[in-house]
Amino acid sequence: MSGQKRTDRRLWWLLAAAAVLSIGWLVLTFALVGSTLEPGARAGVAELMGDRWLLISLTWGAGMAAIAWALKRWFDHWVTPSVQLAEEAQVLLRTDVVRELKPKGNVETKVLADLFNQLVGQREELRRLMDEKVQAAAQGIEQEKSRLAALMSELTQSVVVCNLDGRILLYNNRARMQFKALSQAPGVAGGAELIGLGRSIYAVFDRKLVAHALDNIQQRMLRGAAQPSAQFVTSTAAGQLLRVQMAPVRSVQAQMAAAAADRAELSGFVLMLDNITRDFEDESARDQVLHTLTERSRAALANMQAALDMLDYPDIEPAMRERFLGVIRDETRTLGQRIKEVESGSANSLKTRWPLEEMLGSDLVGAAIRRIETMTGLPASPVDVDGALWLKVESFTLMQALVYLAGRLSDEFEIRFVQLRLSPASGSAGKAQLDLMWSGQAMSTETVMSWEMDAMKVGNETLRLTVRDVIERHGGAFWFERDRARHQAFFRFLLPLANPQEQVDFATFVRNESRPEYYDFDLFKTTEQTRSLDDRKLVDLVYTVFDTETTGLNPSDGDEIIQIGATRIVNGKLLRQECFEQLVDPRRPIPAASIPIHGIQPEMVVGQPVIEEVLPAFHAFAQDTVLVAHNAAFDMRFLQIKEKKTGIVFDHPVLDTLLLSAVVHPNQDSHRLEAIAERFNVTIIGRHTAMGDAMVTAEILIKLIPLLAEKGIHTLGQAREAAQQTYYARLKY
Amino acid sequence: MSKKILIADDEPNILISLEFLMKREGYEVVVARDGQEALTAIERERPALVLLDVMMPVKTGFDVCHEVRASETLRDTLILMLTAKGRDTDVAKGLALGANAYMTKPFSTRELVQKVREMLGEAA
Repeated sequence: MSGQKRTDRRLWWLLAAAAVLSIGWLVLTFALVGSTLEPGARAGVAELMGDRWLLISLTWGAGMAAIAWALKRWFDHWVTPSVQLAEEAQVLLRTDVVRELKPKGNVETKVLADLFNQLVGQREELRRLMDEKVQAAAQGIEQEKSRLAALMSELTQSVVVCNLDGRILLYNNRARMQFKALSQAPGVAGGAELIGLGRSIYAVFDRKLVAHALDNIQQRMLRGAAQPSAQFVTSTAAGQLLRVQMAPVRSVQAQMAAAAADRAELSGFVLMLDNITRDFEDESARDQVLHTLTERSRAALANMQAALDMLDYPDIEPAMRERFLGVIRDETRTLGQRIKEVESGSANSLKTRWPLEEMLGSDLVGAAIRRIETMTGLPASPVDVDGALWLKVESFTLMQALVYLAGRLSDEFEIRFVQLRLSPASGSAGKAQLDLMWSGQAMSTETVMSWEMDAMKVGNETLRLTVRDVIERHGGAFWFERDRARHQAFFRFLLPLANPQEQVDFATFVRNESRPEYYDFDLFKTTEQTRSLDDRKLVDLVYTVFDTETTGLNPSDGDEIIQIGATRIVNGKLLRQECFEQLVDPRRPIPAASIPIHGIQPEMVVGQPVIEEVLPAFHAFAQDTVLVAHNAAFDMRFLQIKEKKTGIVFDHPVLDTLLLSAVVHPNQDSHRLEAIAERFNVTIIGRHTAMGDAMVTAEILIKLIPLLAEKGIHTLGQAREAAQQTYYARLKY
Repeated sequence: MSKKILIADDEPNILISLEFLMKREGYEVVVARDGQEALTAIERERPALVLLDVMMPVKTGFDVCHEVRASETLRDTLILMLTAKGRDTDVAKGLALGANAYMTKPFSTRELVQKVREMLGEAA
């Protein structure tokens, strides 16, 4: 602190008081002295003193100066430090400044300053601990979240979590696959128009059905059920049969609540979906088979038995006897025929079903080779393994059979190595052939038969299973074959292939390396807004950001859309997984001049859906969202010109990033997509593909929203109004 | 006078045997090959008892049974249902619709004859 301090006003007051007191004391002294003197003496004294008033004033002044100095010292020592300390402590209290207070002045103040320092230290320590705890907790939550996401994405059951409004806030990959099957435009939107964060589950399920199930759950919770869940089966618009299991999501507060009614308060629900269409069909087929086998056989048996009973009568005429025999022959023949039909028909489902698992064929081969090598010491290798085949197998026993056969080959035929080959079965559909191959001598049918029927021995362990048992479990076949030309012999296993549908599912399922964002728990907090979209905040809205590539600039002159790309923004996050990308057959030539711009060659649109098929899917994809495009007027014109023809009306609210950019940066020359992207430091990948541009536009929108907020533009209505008023908006496209 | 029996079944292979059997047992036999034919025959011939198959074209045995019981004039006709439907629920349905007895195919003809006799009030 500098020496030029403002002197405390209290010091001046004290000084003034001292001056007044000392003058009063002087006057009083003179008056008292004067009152004891004779008038003459008084005059003498007055005369005597008269000339020395100056001296008296001087001594008084010197006295006052001494007092002032003493007071000042006293103040500096006792008062000022405490005042300063108070001020500095105020600063420490009111702000987050961390600073050591310098002990000054008297001892007591120094002690106080030290105490303050210690308190500040304590406060900082507490703060630090608190921060650490908060951070640890946040990290924990983040970890739990990602663990949950990992778990979800690996579940083979499809799971969808919704808030009470039916908005999806979590789903897993399996659910995504399942919804793909439910989509009415599977080739175009691929289910992305049905499942997505923030989308309504009621696009798939009847709202009343879900409400009813929720009601059931709530009733059960009120009755005190610990883990209530509800189940319903529903058929979807695409004709699929879904079994849905619903479990409630309760908030923590609700779980802690004492009253049952409070505990029954839900904050959302979990849906677990099973597509039982195929099961149901299997079941029906099985029923059908059972029906024909029982009822119709009963009737046939009755006919035969009655005829036989009649034949028992000894007095029967030969003609009549012949008729009854005819009945028996006839019925036997039809029964035989029926059984043949049943066997060859859809009755695969009737055969005993050992639980078989889907397995990638090459995985099975790889595992079998490792096992053969470790168990028998025989070198084994794969050859011509079709990597795309998915088998439906009981891998454990199948591998035991392979190891057992390889072991016997090695022991009894002194084979030096074996090979495993896998390909689709040439003779029978829906089956794969797995060959255990070796080169060497032939084998007699008796040997093959005994190997097939002997109890398997793997290592020192003899199993109760035979190779035939294993084959029967798979509904497969097993035989020995010889390829003379190549001096090769092999055992062939015919094994069932996994269903094509499941193959696709699993392939995508397994190969999906990255773990996409399929959840957003913040959506739990948002509730259905009854306010109109215009009043809603920009940060809360769901956007469909899209771009189109076209044959030219004039839709009214016959230019057509040849590609649509779109992505979604939910809760301020760009959902890269939930996108829409579709080439469109324009049914007209693509001008050569435009090809360098969009890079779409004429042959690329051959066989693609036409715009009448694509627009409904895109409309569904964009449902309940705000449409966003760069220079939206252009794209919207292409969409709107088709309204009459398709009946699909794009009446969504529209935002234009070009106009919004002009609102935020009115003094910039260029609001081209590249220029804005550069300004916002958005990396451009795949510019001038519809998807690439849509992504860039989406990222720009995300950056624009906070800048708009700085300008006081918070709601959709405000944004649209501001955009309207920009210079660019007045230049009609 | 011998009692009249109607046999209604769409399968000729059982009709042969049942017709032979019942004639042999001394009954007068009429046959019908579907539900509608059976109803007409019941009205025309007024049989004492009907051996009624459930699975028939045009009208099922259940329908025939129901209509007979609903008719003022025919409701006393005795009905013995013969069917390949063996489930409890089918038996219950047949009896509920008014069948006097129910036999599941296949059955032994001896039991059938015995049952018919019982129903017609003739001692075995």
